[in-house]
Amino acid sequence: MSDVLDSLVGGFWLNLEVFVMTLLLALPLGLVITFGSMTKFRPLRYLTRVFVWIIRGTPLMLQLFAVMYMPGLVFGIPMKSRMTAVLIAFVINYAAYFSEIYRGGIESIPKGQYEAGQVLGMTRSQVFFRVVLLQVVKRITPPMSNEVITLVKDTALARVVSVAEIIMCAERYTKQGLIWPLFSTGLFFLLFNGLLTLLFGYFEKKMSYFRS
Amino acid sequence: MAVLTVEGIQKSFGGVDVLRDISFSLEKGEALAIIGSSGSGKTTLLRCLNFLETPDKGVIRVGDQVIFDAEDPRSRSEQEIRQQRLHFGLVFQSFNLFPQYTVLENVTLAGRLLAKEKPDFKSRKAAVFREIEENGKALLDSVGLAAKLNAYPHQLSGGQQQRVAIARALALHPDILCFDEPTSALDPELTGEVLNVIRGLAQRNTTMVIVTHEMQFARQVADNVMFMDGGVIVEYGPPEEVIGNPKQERTRQFLERYAQQ
Repeated sequence: MSDVLDSLVGGFWLNLEVFVMTLLLALPLGLVITFGSMTKFRPLRYLTRVFVWIIRGTPLMLQLFAVMYMPGLVFGIPMKSRMTAVLIAFVINYAAYFSEIYRGGIESIPKGQYEAGQVLGMTRSQVFFRVVLLQVVKRITPPMSNEVITLVKDTALARVVSVAEIIMCAERYTKQGLIWPLFSTGLFFLLFNGLLTLLFGYFEKKMSYFRS
Repeated sequence: MAVLTVEGIQKSFGGVDVLRDISFSLEKGEALAIIGSSGSGKTTLLRCLNFLETPDKGVIRVGDQVIFDAEDPRSRSEQEIRQQRLHFGLVFQSFNLFPQYTVLENVTLAGRLLAKEKPDFKSRKAAVFREIEENGKALLDSVGLAAKLNAYPHQLSGGQQQRVAIARALALHPDILCFDEPTSALDPELTGEVLNVIRGLAQRNTTMVIVTHEMQFARQVADNVMFMDGGVIVEYGPPEEVIGNPKQERTRQFLERYAQQ
């Protein structure tokens, strides 16, 4: 029993690692992709949008395989670390999704907000940081919380390239005829997502003092 | 001497001429009302003055200083535009208050940001900010909102929001204050309070350009009225002439349509 628990906790630790690292890297990378997809320079804009289309249009599982095995098969340089491959695939995948949420948020701010800042002599960056940004953050919090919760569950996909995340750990016991460890993994996800839900709820409440 | 001189402004959007050869001037302390049906170019003219649109041709002067010349690429640089904009204030039809800031912060934000660019800012920071805040409070008091300093825009009525927007535009002491249909987004019972504030500004000889559909108001407040149609100035003169006794057929038709409503 405690043996099983140790194994599951150890596995979930990897899920958390993928989750935290993906979030830390994909949040800023998503913003870079947003700027690419909104730039006035057409070639870059089209290139970015095609990139986002490919990433959002194919399964994350397939992308994991691609990052893991393509370097070895195509260039003869095998991927050294499985965890690195997982992180690369997750960061790129989630950055693409985040970038679309950011873009939606930025484009939903009325033009009048920019113009009001401009006629008051603000610089472009002052308009963005002092006027627009907080309104964007408020608007994208609900879709972002959705995406972040999905990320928690998606970390289970790391197993397809043999990173021993929690479900992979639990499945070892299934092969020994022990079924409850597999289903108890659900509790880990539930608890952690419950925590995140509370956190996002708090965040939304913090920003409920204004309406935009 | 004219505080604002506009010479030969032209602007087209995708082949459609919205402004064709607009010229006029404005004396200090004068209130000019611009009337005309939608699509006549009056809002575009106002947006050109505030650098929200760039005219294709023409020159704009404030006093004897050229602030925009379509022939001169220097007057299109962002830094230059940002400076020249401050000659004008603009009150929008849809208020465009910043929702995340209080009423007082809405009025003081731009002033605080501009103050940071001054060379002696660091040494005088506290005094400068206090001055800006006092100025903001005085302005809000003058538009009857002294009790709402710490409210957020969504807690105010449309009329109150527009009065905050007027205070915000005044906070930077513009030479010319522009209004783009300031009461068109308001319920009829709220237009009065906004028009009264503008009336008060006119009495204190604020130089203003007011795009409006309120004929009665234009007649009372404006020193001159400009009737625009199809991107040109059809008629220009004192309100008793342009609204009371229009010479042009197009002006007459427009005013008749208004009278019927």
